[in-house]
Amino acid sequence: MITVYVPRDAAALSVGADDVAAAIASQAKAAKKDIRIVRNGSRGMLFLEPLVEVDTPNGRVAYGPVAAGDVADLFSAGFLDGKAHKLGHGLTEKIPYFAKQERLTFARCGITDPLSIEDYRTHGGFDGLTKALSMKGSEIVEEVTTSGLRGRGGAGFPTGIKWKTVHDIKGEQKYIACNADEGDSGTFADRMLMEGDPFCLIEGMTIAAVAVGATKGYIYIRSEYPHAVKVMREAIEIARQTHWLGDDIQGSGKAFELYVRMGAGAYICGEETSMLESIEGKRGIVRFKPPIPAIEGLFGKPTIINNVMSLAAVPIILAKGGAFYRDYGVGRSRGTLAFQIAGNIKQGGLVEKAFGVTTRELIEDWGGGTATGRPVRAVQIGGPLGAYLPPAKFDVPMDYEEFAKADAMVGHGGLVVFDDTVDMAKQARFAMEFCAIESCGKCTPCRIGSMRGVEVIDKIIANDNRDMNLTLLEDLCVTMTDGSLCAMGGLTPMPVMSAVRNFPEDFHKQTANKFIADAAE
Amino acid sequence: MRNISGVDGDSQGSGIMGKKTPRRPLDIIDQQPAASSPAEIAALATCARHGNKPDELLEILHELQEHVGYVPEATLPVIAKALNISRAEVHGVVTFYHDFRREPAGRHVIKICRAEACQSMGTEHLCQHAEQTLGTKLGGTSADGAYTIEAVYCLGNCALSPAILIGDRLFGKVDPIRFDSIVAGLNKEAAE
Repeated sequence: MITVYVPRDAAALSVGADDVAAAIASQAKAAKKDIRIVRNGSRGMLFLEPLVEVDTPNGRVAYGPVAAGDVADLFSAGFLDGKAHKLGHGLTEKIPYFAKQERLTFARCGITDPLSIEDYRTHGGFDGLTKALSMKGSEIVEEVTTSGLRGRGGAGFPTGIKWKTVHDIKGEQKYIACNADEGDSGTFADRMLMEGDPFCLIEGMTIAAVAVGATKGYIYIRSEYPHAVKVMREAIEIARQTHWLGDDIQGSGKAFELYVRMGAGAYICGEETSMLESIEGKRGIVRFKPPIPAIEGLFGKPTIINNVMSLAAVPIILAKGGAFYRDYGVGRSRGTLAFQIAGNIKQGGLVEKAFGVTTRELIEDWGGGTATGRPVRAVQIGGPLGAYLPPAKFDVPMDYEEFAKADAMVGHGGLVVFDDTVDMAKQARFAMEFCAIESCGKCTPCRIGSMRGVEVIDKIIANDNRDMNLTLLEDLCVTMTDGSLCAMGGLTPMPVMSAVRNFPEDFHKQTANKFIADAAE
Repeated sequence: MRNISGVDGDSQGSGIMGKKTPRRPLDIIDQQPAASSPAEIAALATCARHGNKPDELLEILHELQEHVGYVPEATLPVIAKALNISRAEVHGVVTFYHDFRREPAGRHVIKICRAEACQSMGTEHLCQHAEQTLGTKLGGTSADGAYTIEAVYCLGNCALSPAILIGDRLFGKVDPIRFDSIVAGLNKEAAE
């Protein structure tokens, strides 16, 4: 029997993976070939999706992007034996895009059947948790601290310190809350992991629970990710049945229950305290800090809040030791980050790589330039609250501190590429508009500032007292940065001011004389 | 607050059959209004399925909307009483989140991503095209009630932009031509 892999990842489905799988099944039936189709996660080479793989004695051979209409042709070319075809790429693991990566968190993603616990075990799954179950809580925390892991959601706060706070505090009920409200444009690593290797997240959360003595956990997934919600719910049920979750995990006497909560389309709920409110069934209004959630979090109890990527890095840290993970990376940015190359890009996808790689390498070596074939003009890094960088800054290494020095942020590792047709004044305006749409409304700098920001940028674009309004915009941005309660209002100035500073020509396009500008139109 | 069901939403003191019974404020069953419309009955049942736990309000609203198509005004007091929270709290949640709609939508809800990655691949143009071909603005429903189009901010398909979501179906690399064929496919499905 020949095994054929057709991803079930939402990105693959979005370009017809289900149709391809159906076509392969019916073609095989017609040709009387005995095949088994596995719906795996994505390998992350999204430009090749749907990426069909065939298991051969030499390894898995890749074909992509496959359309349902190509299937008959693939059969006649002998793809079930891994034969050559114009859509063929040879062995999947030898494709440079894939081979050059350092896959730690995504080691299994795309290889296994996401909902097969046997596959998961075969590929090293639950090794970390098994080890953790034999360790003291403080030892687990120590291992995570040694790894140098920092919050992958964007803020980069040391995970070990957060865990230690919750570990050290006395409390009858503690919680683990996983932030899977991946609302930033240009990011899809959380989604890919949840759909492609859900047990990895369950394992990471369970290790966190064992470490700090929490017995309940929540995964807050955005409603825009229906596939991820479904896979996670199924995976939790399977883990429960196989006693990797429940009131006696693998006979250790340790208990952990996990629940999925679905968001409802509010970007702000990716802010940790707003997420807590939302899990509690309330409006996603940001809370004041202090108290920090580690002390008074979900339902007022000590809570670890981590991003999907932080928690999914934990199993390998426990399995192979904190030092193993720490040996990747540069400076104080240790380990790997799942970079997501997106937007106007020829070869978009997920690239897991140690810190220190540059934007240029990611965009040129992996991404292969823009999809439109035009020159790259700007890249927004770290989501809608991240800076717009010009090509002159593409050689800054991916490192939290180096990026901060360049008035930018690594964030969640998402890169959105724009070609030279982009109007940066429009992008700056959108940043303010987005903040106005998504602000929770609790603090004035964010709620009112974003509205004023849109108005001021409109005046700048219309060349209405441009210089005065540019000064006003800068002043407004300082107020928002310093006066906002959370990162939503506090970081919206980053894309705005980076656009103004790095692309001043887009804010001075029209002639200074409004009458001439109007007449020219 | 308008009560479209015509039933007094605040029926404290009246029993299930409308007979006056002594008020027992701690007994949640007695506090529930007589649910008369199918939506109100669905709301009560959904709350019950979630153990009438207030922290599951978002899940309850999602399920109700899935079942009824939207969150009717008349269900808000029903939910409030079932969960033992104030009407204002339920109203607050329904209005805070973009997902919950307070009016019925078209038969197909098409969510078009307008975030940065999709912008870089021409989603503005796609939005204009959708508005023109379906004859409604973003946020509106076409005259025949077939389509509602909405802007969303990121569907997590940023390497295959522009992306749209219809129900639970995600589509990538959607240019105007592909948009038209997807819409034609919906029509075909509806006809079958």
